[in-house]
Amino acid sequence: MAKQAQASTGLEVSGGAALLSGRVDTEAAARLWDPLMAEARKAQGLVLDLSKVEAVDTTGATLVLSAEAAGARIEGASPPVVAVLDRVRAALAAPRPKPATYRFSPVSGIGRRVVNAGHNLLDALGFVGELLVVLLGTVIRPHRLRFRELLRHLDEAGTRAFGLAVLLGSLLGVILAFQSAIPLRRFGAEIFVPNLVGISLLRELGPLMAGVVLAGRTGSAYAAELGTMTVNEEVAALRIMGIDPMALLVLPRVLAGMLVMPVLSLLLTLAGLIGMALIMGMLGFPLTTVTQQLGSTVTVGDMLGGLFKSLFFGLAIAGIGCRAGLGAGRGPRAVGDAATSAVVGGIVAIVLLDGGFAVLYERLGL
Amino acid sequence: MTEPTLLRRPGEAAKPVFGPAVIVAEDLTARFGTNTLFRNVSFEVKRGEVFVILGGSGCGKSSLLKLMIGLVPPAEGRVSILGTDVWSTEGAARLDLLKRIGVMWQQGALFGSQTLLENVMMPLAEHTTLPAAAREEVARAKLGLVGLSEAAARLPSEVSGGMLKRAGIARALALDPAILFLDEPSAGLDPITSAGLDELIRDLSRSLGTTFVVVTHELASILAIGDRCIMLDREAKGMIAEGDPRDLRDHSTHPTVRAFFRREAA
Repeated sequence: MAKQAQASTGLEVSGGAALLSGRVDTEAAARLWDPLMAEARKAQGLVLDLSKVEAVDTTGATLVLSAEAAGARIEGASPPVVAVLDRVRAALAAPRPKPATYRFSPVSGIGRRVVNAGHNLLDALGFVGELLVVLLGTVIRPHRLRFRELLRHLDEAGTRAFGLAVLLGSLLGVILAFQSAIPLRRFGAEIFVPNLVGISLLRELGPLMAGVVLAGRTGSAYAAELGTMTVNEEVAALRIMGIDPMALLVLPRVLAGMLVMPVLSLLLTLAGLIGMALIMGMLGFPLTTVTQQLGSTVTVGDMLGGLFKSLFFGLAIAGIGCRAGLGAGRGPRAVGDAATSAVVGGIVAIVLLDGGFAVLYERLGL
Repeated sequence: MTEPTLLRRPGEAAKPVFGPAVIVAEDLTARFGTNTLFRNVSFEVKRGEVFVILGGSGCGKSSLLKLMIGLVPPAEGRVSILGTDVWSTEGAARLDLLKRIGVMWQQGALFGSQTLLENVMMPLAEHTTLPAAAREEVARAKLGLVGLSEAAARLPSEVSGGMLKRAGIARALALDPAILFLDEPSAGLDPITSAGLDELIRDLSRSLGTTFVVVTHELASILAIGDRCIMLDREAKGMIAEGDPRDLRDHSTHPTVRAFFRREAA
């Protein structure tokens, strides 16, 4: 049996000998790997003649040495080829790395998760405590607040998000109006669409959607920015210089989050009402009718209630984003993980807070 | 195109003679906005030599490297590697060229979610038809060449800075490139690790005939590994010296070159 792999680099097998010829580089090694290894395993003590090998790279050398390990005997290599073979042989002499072993142990896994969750809760409480101390400290000593930083964050979290808030709000109003008009039309009650959309937007959807915008846009940005600073040890450097990262980094961001949230919420709600009015106009209801309907149902209290809770939404989203960033771990995935936990944590927090406020307002009769 | 082979004259074991030029840079100018980093830089790198690009901080060493490997376009001039113009080659020809060069980045640039072994296996999986078991064996050999066999199963975040650089070299070696570009291989390493890395570069150059282009300002490394070098200067905005680093150290009359090699304040 004789085989010819290619004119330049070839493998000829006859009897108990194999002749390798030409340049045994990475490409040739890829082509010859399976046939040579099969021959080496099949014919124990196969003589591998390298006398026609012009040159060998480290991948080619790995092929020759793998054949040797499978039982072949190397012969006839020129000194330059022997030099490369010796170097690669030494490189391969070290023991193989042990593959990582994964043990499935649900009990300890659950236990570890519970303990971690407990630690996280304590850390979160510690963070909230620190933040409160800094907030109160700033009320007593307002010069601690860096206004320039605050303005920068107000711009980044607020004014630059206005377009998105208007777009989302108007689309939300259009969708709500359309969807509610369909069932109400069956009862001839389309006139009540402004009541439904107005209450929904002012009390719930406006603040909630603005919260989602803030969590996705700003919470993740805070986590990524502070996470990068943590990974680069900039936060540690601040601490060592005696500068409190809570006052320098967290305070302006949290205040910005709190201040922009009511504005975003209001903007989104107004855009939604305008979108709803447009749809009502298309359905044949003039603007005066729509505003009359709104005025008969929606109160200033509804609007203030929505804006009040959006303050806390902003606090929670910005705080969670900052905490995720400051708590970022090591390695390239740390910043991505921090951003993800900021968005998820922020959205979960505003939904939980919204539930809490719903109960509170109901108890207070608002 | 034949693979690099180191040529030596009979009886001249210590003074190797290198092959023809594998990199030709002609009148290279790098400009960022209105700021010219360097202009009219021309040189050749011979097959099998360790070619060092040196100079002080901010003179454009790393930019020159990026320009040579095709990451940043030159404002003027051209570079050819292994006879192929880096900036006019596209498609399959460019991919062929990229497979024949390897780059070790300053911080290793290893993929953090993969072990060192998997990092080295990645180019083999992408660019060769080696069977899976063979890829692992070849990657193990590359890691062994840089003395990292024991750390093959570790993640980049679990190894030291010196090991990261070694792993970066192993990954750059994955496809047995004709030319290896190393960006600041010794920066931030202790003298012992740094000397070990220099020894490795020298060994690979001598035994495998690989051509090295090394960007560094570490004096000890330059003298230990460099066969030939060029020196860039921020003030002159260009190349101020070319030659054997030991000759430049001993005989150069250029004040900046003398100050650099004698570690004097300019």
